[in-house]
Amino acid sequence: MKWKSKHLLGLEDLTADEIICILDTAEGFREVSTRSVKKVPALRGKVIVNLFFEASTRTRISFELAGARLSADVINFSGETSSTVKGETLIDTARNIEAMGVDIFIIRHRCAGAAYRLAEVTSASVVNAGDGAHEHPTQALLDIFTIRQKKRRLEGLKVALVGDVAHSRVARSNIWGLQKLGAKVYAVGPPTLVPRGLSKLGVEVHYNLDEILSEIDCFNMLRIQTERQDAGLFPTTREYASLFGLNRERMRRLKPDALILHPGPINRGVELTAEVADGPQSVILNQVTNGLAVRMAALFLTGTYGRTPPGSSPEEAHG
Amino acid sequence: MARILIRGGRVVDPESGRDEVGDLLIEGERIAAIGSGLDSAGAEVIDADGLVVAPGLIDMHVHLREPGDEEEETILSGARAAVAGGLTTIAAFPNTDPAIDNEGMAEFVVRQGKRAGFANVVPVGAVTLGRTGERLAEMAGLARAGAVAFSDADRSIRSAEIMRRGLLYARMFNRPVIAHCEDADLRRDGVINYGKVSLRTGLSGIPDASENIVVSRDISLAEITQGRLHIGQMSTRGAAALVRQAKENRLLVTGEVTPHHFSLTDEACADFNPNFKVKPPLRESKDAEALLSGLRDGTIDAIASGHAPHTLEEKAVEFDLAPFGVVGMETLFPISYTVLVEKHGLPLPLVLEKMTINPARILGLDADRGGLRSGKLADIAVFDLGAEYVVDPARFLSKSRNTCFAGWRVRGRAVHVFVGGRQVLSGGRIREG
Repeated sequence: MKWKSKHLLGLEDLTADEIICILDTAEGFREVSTRSVKKVPALRGKVIVNLFFEASTRTRISFELAGARLSADVINFSGETSSTVKGETLIDTARNIEAMGVDIFIIRHRCAGAAYRLAEVTSASVVNAGDGAHEHPTQALLDIFTIRQKKRRLEGLKVALVGDVAHSRVARSNIWGLQKLGAKVYAVGPPTLVPRGLSKLGVEVHYNLDEILSEIDCFNMLRIQTERQDAGLFPTTREYASLFGLNRERMRRLKPDALILHPGPINRGVELTAEVADGPQSVILNQVTNGLAVRMAALFLTGTYGRTPPGSSPEEAHG
Repeated sequence: MARILIRGGRVVDPESGRDEVGDLLIEGERIAAIGSGLDSAGAEVIDADGLVVAPGLIDMHVHLREPGDEEEETILSGARAAVAGGLTTIAAFPNTDPAIDNEGMAEFVVRQGKRAGFANVVPVGAVTLGRTGERLAEMAGLARAGAVAFSDADRSIRSAEIMRRGLLYARMFNRPVIAHCEDADLRRDGVINYGKVSLRTGLSGIPDASENIVVSRDISLAEITQGRLHIGQMSTRGAAALVRQAKENRLLVTGEVTPHHFSLTDEACADFNPNFKVKPPLRESKDAEALLSGLRDGTIDAIASGHAPHTLEEKAVEFDLAPFGVVGMETLFPISYTVLVEKHGLPLPLVLEKMTINPARILGLDADRGGLRSGKLADIAVFDLGAEYVVDPARFLSKSRNTCFAGWRVRGRAVHVFVGGRQVLSGGRIREG
């Protein structure tokens, strides 16, 4: 199919075909990273701005590298150290930078909906790199990409999101994306972090990890933020790890081909023990590698939407 | 003495139960007579054929921002916007800066209202000093200066003991305490209703229990104090059930709802538009339906706008960062009429009652206002129910435009408005000074 969207704001808005389009495009770009010259001219002359109002190292670097591999000029803006501290609003900041000529904004912001507000006021494309607890579409796409790569399918797979689903943008994007592609989504964690209402979104809610351990095909172990413990949403990380952490004992009960994902950074000993994180069923580093290809696809598709010259598929763009 | 005859309109007065075509004669500042074929000799005649002649509306919950935030609204701009909406009395809440928590501040509001010369502006005094929920404000002074009720506005009084004392102390002045019911611990950093929409959007949710718990607490306190309690801006099915129960138990409890809470749900927040960010938040359809039933069966006494003006700059930010509140004085009648009368079939007199005589009684203004009887002040609104139009915030007289009804097709518009016999709106246009 032909990609038609100017922005990539969330997976809730996308159809299954659109999600598959991004995954397939990413598949084409994956090969670029294996070359000695890791660069294609697909976005040459385009300007991409990493508009990061919230601290992030890996996502920003991943996007930066993805932009560079597509030959775009990539500028980094860090809201925490820049004009926003002087009281400038998101919209003013974006408009000012846009006035210098920007094709794509990549935005990370602590407020849900920030990417939508930006998309309303800018004429550039907007790629959401995480807005509050709302969505983080490229993270979910790289999770799904990795699952598809290893399992060769999504239809009928059972995928568990384990941990702080309530406050997780990664979880929300995964819920939409996985369900649209036919996977069955489980949410597992303490009720203070896994709201019962998730069942209204089609998710199966569990409070006992051990009960479902042997049925699940993929575990996505969400990162536990220390502020959740500080806020008293669970008593201690020790108790959390004993109930919801993957360790050697639990690994014995997993399906032998079950995959273990983690959006990073890992709290070793909490969500996963070291041997699980570094073990044979872990695909955590594949996620990071695939993230690059998925972000290249996201930038390529939004950066060339509606203006794609005939026959300019990613394969040809590699030339 | 100036005589004005409003001739041939449908005179609807919920206080007396009158609903018939007739004439209304104003002499000076008061209503002189109501009937058919009244003598027009020496009177200015206003043709009300096909129009509804009603008591001027009383909006018992508005925020006028003066002093402190005059870029959002002033008493003058608010009083002017009020009459454009058919409102002749507005109760100004005390969450100004500084707060209306002493006699001098209340006098200031009254004086600015008189100076403005449009709607009658009555102050609501704070329950506690600085609205901090700690020490009672000097209610006697506030009452002396004209405060019609006491409220800490958008702050729920956290201590049950302070609330108990407030209800008790206010009994001396026979004025109600208007409660904003919200448990701050449960609300936390919430910005919309807790439910499916908060789960989808990742916006932090405010559970309905945060309102129900405090409504329940305050009703218990009204029972032990025999104080007068008015629940402001009810938003939940639970609140409606609790107030209904309190009335069955013959407590002195009344309740109010805003047009946005009975006509919208949290689905409106799904695309992060800060113009739908209000407190209490827009709830679910089960709640809106319960509020409609409450209006129908008399559980809910009053409809108020909750008018909370904010500038464009304040609202043009991320949903989390935008202030709570929507404007509403100029849409109070058209939305209530369109949604309650036209869509849900409530009788017009029942709907008008909740914006006229009921709030007048709650605020102790009913001797002179809220009804069409000869001898009462001539606070009158003449509405054209046939006028159909689209709500356009650019046409508001309020200084702020943060409405959640932009683009709504509505019916019902104020055409003529009289305050104390003086015509302040004529043919839908403001009559200055």
